[in-house]
Amino acid sequence: MVDYIWIVIALPLAGAVFLHFFGSRLREPIAGVIATSTVGLSFFYALIAAADFFSGTGEAETVHLFDWIPTLGANAELLWDPLSAVMTLTVTGVGALIHLYSIGYMHGDPRFGRFFTGLNFFTASMLILVLADNFGALFVGWELVGLSSYLLISFWFQKPSAAAAGKKAFIVNRIGDVGFLIGLMLILANFNTLTYGTVLADPARFVTAGTATAITLLLLLGAAGKSAQIPLYFWLPDAMEGPTPVSALIHAATMVTAGVYMVARTASLFELSGFAAATVATVGAFTALFAATIALMQRDIKRVLAFSTISQLGYMFLAVGTGAYVAGIFHLFTHAFFKALLFLGSGSVIHAMGDEQDMAKMGGLAKVMPVTHLTMVIGWLAIIGIPPLAGFWSKDEILALAFGAGGWFTFLWVLGIITALLTAVYMTRWMYLTFWGEARWDDGVDPHESPAVMTLPLVGLAVGSAAFGLLNTPFHGPFKPAFEHFLEPSFEAIEMAHLPSGSTPWFLALISIAAAAGGALFAYRRYQGAEAFDTAPVAAKRTGVWRWVTNGYYVDDIIGNLLVLPGKLVAAWTAFVLDTEIIDGSVRAIGGGVRRISGWLRPVQTGFVRNYAVVTFAGVVGLLVWFVSQGAG
Amino acid sequence: MVELVLFIVFGLIAVAGALSMVLHPNPVYGALGLMATMLSIAVFYVVNSGHFIAAVQVVVYAGAVMTLFLFVIMLIGVDRAENLEERLPMQRQLAIGLGVAFLVLIGLIGGNAWITAPASASEPNGSVEAIADLIFTDWLLPFEVTTLLLIIASVGAVALAQFSPRRRGGAEE
Amino acid sequence: MEVTAGWYLALGAVLFVIGAGGMLLRRNALVMFMSIELMLNAVNLTFVAIGRHVGDLNGQVAVFFVMVVAAAEVVVGLAIMISVFRRRASASVDDLAVLKG
Repeated sequence: MVDYIWIVIALPLAGAVFLHFFGSRLREPIAGVIATSTVGLSFFYALIAAADFFSGTGEAETVHLFDWIPTLGANAELLWDPLSAVMTLTVTGVGALIHLYSIGYMHGDPRFGRFFTGLNFFTASMLILVLADNFGALFVGWELVGLSSYLLISFWFQKPSAAAAGKKAFIVNRIGDVGFLIGLMLILANFNTLTYGTVLADPARFVTAGTATAITLLLLLGAAGKSAQIPLYFWLPDAMEGPTPVSALIHAATMVTAGVYMVARTASLFELSGFAAATVATVGAFTALFAATIALMQRDIKRVLAFSTISQLGYMFLAVGTGAYVAGIFHLFTHAFFKALLFLGSGSVIHAMGDEQDMAKMGGLAKVMPVTHLTMVIGWLAIIGIPPLAGFWSKDEILALAFGAGGWFTFLWVLGIITALLTAVYMTRWMYLTFWGEARWDDGVDPHESPAVMTLPLVGLAVGSAAFGLLNTPFHGPFKPAFEHFLEPSFEAIEMAHLPSGSTPWFLALISIAAAAGGALFAYRRYQGAEAFDTAPVAAKRTGVWRWVTNGYYVDDIIGNLLVLPGKLVAAWTAFVLDTEIIDGSVRAIGGGVRRISGWLRPVQTGFVRNYAVVTFAGVVGLLVWFVSQGAG
Repeated sequence: MVELVLFIVFGLIAVAGALSMVLHPNPVYGALGLMATMLSIAVFYVVNSGHFIAAVQVVVYAGAVMTLFLFVIMLIGVDRAENLEERLPMQRQLAIGLGVAFLVLIGLIGGNAWITAPASASEPNGSVEAIADLIFTDWLLPFEVTTLLLIIASVGAVALAQFSPRRRGGAEE
Repeated sequence: MEVTAGWYLALGAVLFVIGAGGMLLRRNALVMFMSIELMLNAVNLTFVAIGRHVGDLNGQVAVFFVMVVAAAEVVVGLAIMISVFRRRASASVDDLAVLKG
């Protein structure tokens, strides 16, 4: 089975190639069915291939496909170990459900086939990323997901905002990629190879802690770009311009987790450099809090979820920075379910409301969309961390491990708890404004429940969100920490963070449950019976600090004026001064000079044949003069 | 002695014919003068043992070409006197100055011994056989090319004389 | 007094200069054309004279080729002249100065 693991990549890739050429000629549902079944088959293949890991007998295997750049240690080789298996299963499993959902969501779109080409292409790229056995192949996947993300964000390219959002995502990712690429060059310079096996087995043999810090900080820059962490987070909210399934698949469940996966994969390097690991955790914790505050004030149903995604990714970074790799990957895993669920649910709402995304014009949808509402309740409880749903187990484990790490990490734990509180507030607000309270629909909007092809994935993801948290509870007893056990082979060489001893974990869990419940209760009471409707979570006027928060701390404006504007000015100078004046000018000057010299010579051409004949005859005489002067006479 | 007489007589005729061609305002007289020059040159060919060339000179040049010239002169109706007044600035002075310079330079070159010295080699045989012998051996390829040239020239002449631009435009002349 | 090749060369040079003068001074296209023929003949004469001087028949072969080319040239040239005359009703080359720079 494992020897042919490349089939997992080949299936969606073949689907993408096929749909690229024939997708537009197929009748509507067929392209979607083909795309969905390729990803579904990949999922089942991966599930069977991972069977040995479930039973605890499996070992990491490397599958060599063909030589690519052998001198750099970058060959087409796939690594099949528990970590890549988890990632593969998440990508294909959640991906298949989202593909299925898209059949309903993209109904009637004139470029239906092309959309599934993009989804399949993305899935194949992401699988290359997670299955790569060396940094070279990882980088290939890394860039391919960036490309497919760009293509899908600006899928409705006729909308200028979508085109701009795709461009923004691509460029911001490129900035991170520069750091990532330099990091890879440093790895190559120090290790002489890009293969995981050599680089990650015992990096201390090759590099000092200082070099490891340099490498890992550069890798972190790439991870921050891909996973939307400070300082490169601001592309993700705009990426919501893409179709909602794209937001769910790429910008919530899979692609944005690439940074977390990469940090977890290079755990031994980060471990070597304590400073870099602490930086990862700090970046994560601050991003989590920062994004959560912005999410409080958003009115767009998808932008709330976008900032929520950034915030949750911050948790994952906090985890992998603390050394809680299993917890980080576990949160990645559960988050993929409940965030995909929430996104697909919001897509269902948007679909029902006739492409309305402003939550101020929703409300009271619970009655007309019972299935969507019910699954959203599960997603809501999961993300704010109410036991026994998935989000509680993974988030609480991260927070407990951060607390257990002590020192600076205790402060990060405080940030995490505050974030948990804010998460409960903004998600409850999201639920209330959308599903509960009075209906504030525009005239002529007639919401309806979505078709089964859309609600079915919602139910599937809701089940996952509800149940999969139990895979890794800290309690031994009826449920064993299966997930940790499963991932153990991937991290056996790594020193993992430990839970605090004694009753402390119980106490910590109580604190986070209290934070979640308190936040939810506060938000619910805030909106219940509010008379003049106000979307702000507290009854403050939209002044002062709340204006800052509403506008995302004006980060977009600051970047726009500080970085983009000078760039545009330089571009304008290049285009309108350097190019037109200097380059074109020099060309024109050469042409004009020739023309002027020609002007002086023009009178020579009198047009009279006899003038020319005189000149010819003078030439003959001149030849004779030359002969005579040469002594012919 | 005979050659000296011939040279003086026909040399004078040739120069006189050439001068009348250049100086006479009426091209018909010019054409006749040129014909006289060509016939004298044919005589010089004979003297220089170019019998075949002389015959060709009489038939082609003095006969065909000059007849063609006269024919065209009659056809386009320019058998009138031409205004010999010069309008291009410096043209006449330059032309005369260059001509004089040319003759002076030729005279300088003419001082060379090998040209003024008596002929050393035996007289060449300018018979038809001898010429044909050369043309069809050493000069075969140029000879064939000239046939091509003549065909192209005759076709081109027909094309040029046949179609006038106005007629090509569709309007009747 | 023996007539050497130099005599013929001198005569050829005189005829050549006369032809060149006609070429440069007359503006009747036909006369200019005839002047060119005269110059060709002058050069032909020198070919034959020198051929005799060095005892080589190739001079006469060259004359033969010059004649052929001249005949072709005359044919085309006169045809051009006729078509120009049809348009302009003038044989003066000074009227044809459209190539003025």
